[in-house]
Amino acid sequence: MSTSAKTRIVGASVPRKEGVDKLLGRARYVDDIEKEGMWYGATVRSTIPRGLIQFIGFDRRIDWTEFTVVTAADVPGKNHVQLIAADQPCLADGKVNHCDEPILLLAHPDKYKLREAVGAVHVEYEPLPPVFTIEDSERQDVIVWGADNLFKSFLLEKGDVEAAWAHAAHIVEGEYRTGAQEHLYIENNGVIAEFDAERGVTVWGSLQCPYYVHRSLAAVFDLPEDKVRVIQTETGGAFGGKEDFPSTLAAHAALLAMKSGHAIKMVYDRMEDLAATTKRHPSRVRHRTALDRDGKLLAMDIDLATDGGAYSTLSSTVLSRATLHSPGPYVCPNVRVRSHSWATNTVPYGAFRGFGAPQACFAIERHMDEIASAIGVDPIELRRRNFLHDGDTTATEQVMREPVILDKLLDRALAVSDYHARRARFARENQGGAIKRGLGIAAFYHGSGFTGSGERYLNSLAGVDVTAGARVRVLVSSTEFGQGTNTVLTQMAAEAIGLDYADVEMAPPDTGIVPNSGPTVASRTAMVVGRLIERASLQLVAMLREHAGLGAEYTRDEFFAACARYRAAHGDVVSLVRYEPPPGIFWDDQKYRGEAYPAFAWAVQIAQVAVDTVTYSAEVEEFWSVQEVGRVINPVLAGGQIEGGIAQGIGYALYEKVILQNGHMANNQMTNYIMPTAEDVPPIHVYFEEIPFRHGGYGAKGIGELPHDGPAPAILNAIKDATGVRFSAIPLLPEDLFSRLATRHSVEEAAAV
Amino acid sequence: MSACVNIRFNVNGESRAIDAPPMKRLLDVLREDLRLIGTKEGCGEGECGSCSVRMNGELVNSCLVPALQADGATIETVEGLARNGELHPLQRAFLACGGAQCGICTPGMLMAAAHLLKHNPHPGMAEIREGLAGNLCRCTGFIRIFESVVAAAASEQAADAR
Repeated sequence: MSTSAKTRIVGASVPRKEGVDKLLGRARYVDDIEKEGMWYGATVRSTIPRGLIQFIGFDRRIDWTEFTVVTAADVPGKNHVQLIAADQPCLADGKVNHCDEPILLLAHPDKYKLREAVGAVHVEYEPLPPVFTIEDSERQDVIVWGADNLFKSFLLEKGDVEAAWAHAAHIVEGEYRTGAQEHLYIENNGVIAEFDAERGVTVWGSLQCPYYVHRSLAAVFDLPEDKVRVIQTETGGAFGGKEDFPSTLAAHAALLAMKSGHAIKMVYDRMEDLAATTKRHPSRVRHRTALDRDGKLLAMDIDLATDGGAYSTLSSTVLSRATLHSPGPYVCPNVRVRSHSWATNTVPYGAFRGFGAPQACFAIERHMDEIASAIGVDPIELRRRNFLHDGDTTATEQVMREPVILDKLLDRALAVSDYHARRARFARENQGGAIKRGLGIAAFYHGSGFTGSGERYLNSLAGVDVTAGARVRVLVSSTEFGQGTNTVLTQMAAEAIGLDYADVEMAPPDTGIVPNSGPTVASRTAMVVGRLIERASLQLVAMLREHAGLGAEYTRDEFFAACARYRAAHGDVVSLVRYEPPPGIFWDDQKYRGEAYPAFAWAVQIAQVAVDTVTYSAEVEEFWSVQEVGRVINPVLAGGQIEGGIAQGIGYALYEKVILQNGHMANNQMTNYIMPTAEDVPPIHVYFEEIPFRHGGYGAKGIGELPHDGPAPAILNAIKDATGVRFSAIPLLPEDLFSRLATRHSVEEAAAV
Repeated sequence: MSACVNIRFNVNGESRAIDAPPMKRLLDVLREDLRLIGTKEGCGEGECGSCSVRMNGELVNSCLVPALQADGATIETVEGLARNGELHPLQRAFLACGGAQCGICTPGMLMAAAHLLKHNPHPGMAEIREGLAGNLCRCTGFIRIFESVVAAAASEQAADAR
């Protein structure tokens, strides 16, 4: 089996495939591209959270004959963004459901004239009452979506939760909340579109999922598949923020292109990107947990709610992943998860690294520490007593058939952080000082790939081909946006075929060239698509042996000579393979039972936090992350994924607050939406345990999302360890620390008098 | 935009002259007038540092510099780092250490790192953190960028010793 064989290129830190272009500044991002006769596009957006559009007026000081104007009436096909459901209009038609909803589009050859023109379009509304919170939405006094404000609900049941309370030695309850989080990719959303009566629509853009955009454009323009072409340009960060949103922006630019007869570039500035594009779903999770007298879990009753924003977008699948991650990596005979995603009148929340898991993980991992306090057990020991092991079943009754090494990850995390000695030292040093230090832990899994039957529905197709110029190309729609797709997939192809890394390149991420290998999401690329590339590469070699006389052993020259012979006799040298689910997979979409994920990645993280009780700042001083992600394909890139995810998780916990005023993001600038800088990130220590997963590309499992799941609960657990005060909501800013710690101190001082 | 003025400056060692509105951002002058697209816009308000270039030996956010102010200046951009097809030591180190992921902050980060090493060839970790604090990277968590700067400084030292 390939996963146990010695490898030459897989497992080596070969340099990033497109790295030199990026370092020389010659990589072409969408804003670096110009088209002949190109115009620029801009968007007129709603200024109210909910209402009926009464009138659209155009200021006479502008010469509108110079502009192309597009409204919902110009949409040739369906006026909706095609995603899971079709409830979100491309352009508002008669009513708006959130601030910054697109109403009207403008194009002009001079981009500097567009800003003034956008301000010269006046929309008059009849306001309707908006809903802004989960609580307001679930009360259902005001219905803003469908019949009941409810995008989706799930019920996951194992055993009999109600019967368990009576036998419990302890019952512990808690409520946990997480805020919205902005992706803050440094390259804003942007596309260029062309329309041609013969060729149809062509879009170049900063995006994750070319075929999502392709499908949505075909519906908006009522065009057959072959009249829509989507090409990913170099993409400056995405993190889920370019999973669904580019379908909207691509449609806008293409509508302007069709009406104006010009190529159209639309690149958002930072304020527009922050105000108008998706963010991580805010959440509220309630836990009620029963334990026996030994601290073993008897029952977990979990109520999970997310704020989905104004349209359904990906809220149902985010809720699904949140539901499946909410019980944590623990064994429990009785579990009930009731989850709901609610509509509110804000910009739709969407995909963001972790996809519901960070919210769920925050709640369960904070709650485990609260249980530990409540029943008088050490938080490490409580986790250890309840960890999943090989052969155990999860809340969906999925049997852990692959090795689960949580104990080993925990032991290593404790050892490398010198946990016990450090904690003892802090207990001494915290006495009397203004700085209180603490350590906090989080243990968690992240399901790799699409949930349940998702990968079977995707039915991905991928492969490799060989050009006449003696280059092997990887054929996938899986995209590079910093995480390393180009590198790991070419590593796998080179390994399987027996070539050098330099002999393999990526085919252009262009729907006119590459097959649909599925979206670049869900930590699925290395595992699922990588496996397809491994199989396609081995199939290519077998094909050349059978039809072109390639020997059992071969040199590089012999390989390409065989390719030339094959081409002369049979045509294109191409090998495609389709996804095949691992055997024995069962999933019931209705009952939410069975194999929720083909594989899980596992991690234990420890945060050291210092709380300054004078300034009320909390600083993460050091961070340890020990994980098992299957085979590590490229150690340097893998380490970078873990470190980057942890930095985003630190921001999620302590810095990043989306402030909504009347449903509009009020702090839509980098000046006042704060992410961790070079001076804020702590030293991060990363360790891998490797257990190759036999159904993943060269043994890989998912890695990209995992590291973002743990930092927030680990940090808040550390703050509790440092201060003794329980915090249950993120982001936790100095003012939040002040409001609780200052009160407590004044009480203590009063008591001391 | 207002009437254009003639602006002469030295960019990456070459004398250049363009006509541009006096308040046009240096960032746009570089990208649009000179087609030096390596310099990136991330926020347009001097927060993210993606548009960092060196002007008269100082590190500046080119989105905050009006064209007029660049008249007569010496400008260095990412395109000027590599010489004669040879990557700059920082570029080599970023490639080897994983200092670049999505790459959009990389040109500005490289300019900030080059500026730091010019003034302090062997910076300590605290000095590296401070030197790069004006440049935001959302992908790496900065750790491998720090390692890249350390590696580049070490390779420079090795080169000096020869």
